[in-house]
Amino acid sequence: MSIETISLSGRKKEVSNKKMSFWESLYLVAIVKGLLITIRHLFKRKVTIKYPDQTRELSPVYRGQHMLMRDEEGRERCTACGLCALSCPAEAITMKAEERKPEEKHLYREEKYASIYEINMLRCIFCGLCEEACPKQAIYLTKSRVMVKPSSDREDFIYGKEKLVMPLDMAIKNTQMKTAN
Amino acid sequence: MKVTIDGQEINVEPGTTILQAARMIGGESVPPAMCYYSKLKGSGGKCRCCLVEVSKGSEADPRPMPKLMASCVTGVMDGMEVKSITSERVLDARKSVTEFLLINHPLDCPICDQAGECDLQNLSFKHGSAKTRYIEERRTFEPENIGDKIQLHMNRCILCYRCVMTADQLTDNRVHGVVNRGDHAQISTCISKAIDNEFSGNMIDVCPVGALTDKTFRFKQRVWFNKPFNAHRDCDKCCGKTTLWMFGNEIQRVTARKDQYHEVEEFICNECRFDHKDVNDWVIEGPRKFEKDSVINQNNYTREIEPVKIDTEKNILLGRDKDRKKISMPAVPLKEKEEKVYKEGNV
Repeated sequence: MSIETISLSGRKKEVSNKKMSFWESLYLVAIVKGLLITIRHLFKRKVTIKYPDQTRELSPVYRGQHMLMRDEEGRERCTACGLCALSCPAEAITMKAEERKPEEKHLYREEKYASIYEINMLRCIFCGLCEEACPKQAIYLTKSRVMVKPSSDREDFIYGKEKLVMPLDMAIKNTQMKTAN
Repeated sequence: MKVTIDGQEINVEPGTTILQAARMIGGESVPPAMCYYSKLKGSGGKCRCCLVEVSKGSEADPRPMPKLMASCVTGVMDGMEVKSITSERVLDARKSVTEFLLINHPLDCPICDQAGECDLQNLSFKHGSAKTRYIEERRTFEPENIGDKIQLHMNRCILCYRCVMTADQLTDNRVHGVVNRGDHAQISTCISKAIDNEFSGNMIDVCPVGALTDKTFRFKQRVWFNKPFNAHRDCDKCCGKTTLWMFGNEIQRVTARKDQYHEVEEFICNECRFDHKDVNDWVIEGPRKFEKDSVINQNNYTREIEPVKIDTEKNILLGRDKDRKKISMPAVPLKEKEEKVYKEGNV
């Protein structure tokens, strides 16, 4: 076998300038063949859905927007231990730790807290390693369908604590739910 | 004298302890040590981490020793045979000792500044179990202020006495010791007096856990985000050889150089440790190397990376000038020097 005709994939076809026969030049056979494929697909299962009315079910491992959790008393769980930033393969997380003052005991759970906590959403790949690394169960990737809102400014994609920390009323509601049960 | 540790023979001087002999051999069979410190006289024998099995006492008396021996205080005999990691009993004992040490040790590694270079963390990673069986309340102490340079967390202390020996042997008048007994024993500067000795900062380096930490470095950075560099300066009080823990161009912490057993090579004075946080004060020798599996090596590059030069339009390579601004951490502004580098795009 010569190098010109060898085909590792087995799909190589020789192109030729062969003259078409009379039946071939009518294209009738080819048109019927093509139509048959189209008609066959009418009876097959549809692969698309009617999007705004229907939505697809989320996978059980779906990972959406991050959230920094609060505990039952509404205090922030994060202690700025830096393990999320260490595990982050995209290096999207930065933080700065601060010591808790005695009058802030109702705000932060531990002696140390994150005064700045930022996730660069342009870098984040939503792999969920931060959630896995967190020893305090502080950072979670929620099931929120909204991942990152579109914007034209790069600054808008740096999510600080004001966007990441769980809203206080949500924490209150969670605690009420827990005590009710 | 000839000793055999885990099947490896070595000839040592009389008077050497089993631990020192094992360290001469090196490798896996070196028992862990939490309280023994080769630079401090009289240290060792307290934590029981270094227990080994002596399967043959000596050539003259080949009977095995009935109990496991603390290798840091047991001297070698001629013809002694020692089992360290090859003995099931030793591994079991180490596991139990680790569990005992962790009974009162709080699980606050995420907060602790020692995390990442902590001996107890390494020990429990290797020999400890992931779960605790202890249901009683842990022993806690009132926080005590022992000065503006050193932070004492008595809850984390494992009572190894290393710091007391440092204070005893390095400084002339000791203001720091252990008060009370048994479960209530605690480290304290007697009468809560601030430690203002020239070499008192070495207690931080000597502490195997996070009980004594640098107050000037408190919560500044996790150790694995720092880049350690060997550096020296002319100091009339000590050798001046230190490790600088840098973050960017900022010196965040200065410590003595620690060897593979996390013991300082040479003690340094407080002036070097606390007062010289400017890069111009130091002659930087190069990056400090750590064990391969140390968390400190995480994300560290040992050499400076030169920007690659490509001949093309500036906007293609560096983007528009107006886009080149600091978008992360706006609350921490760049220093003037850093801003210039940033504007040029060589970051």
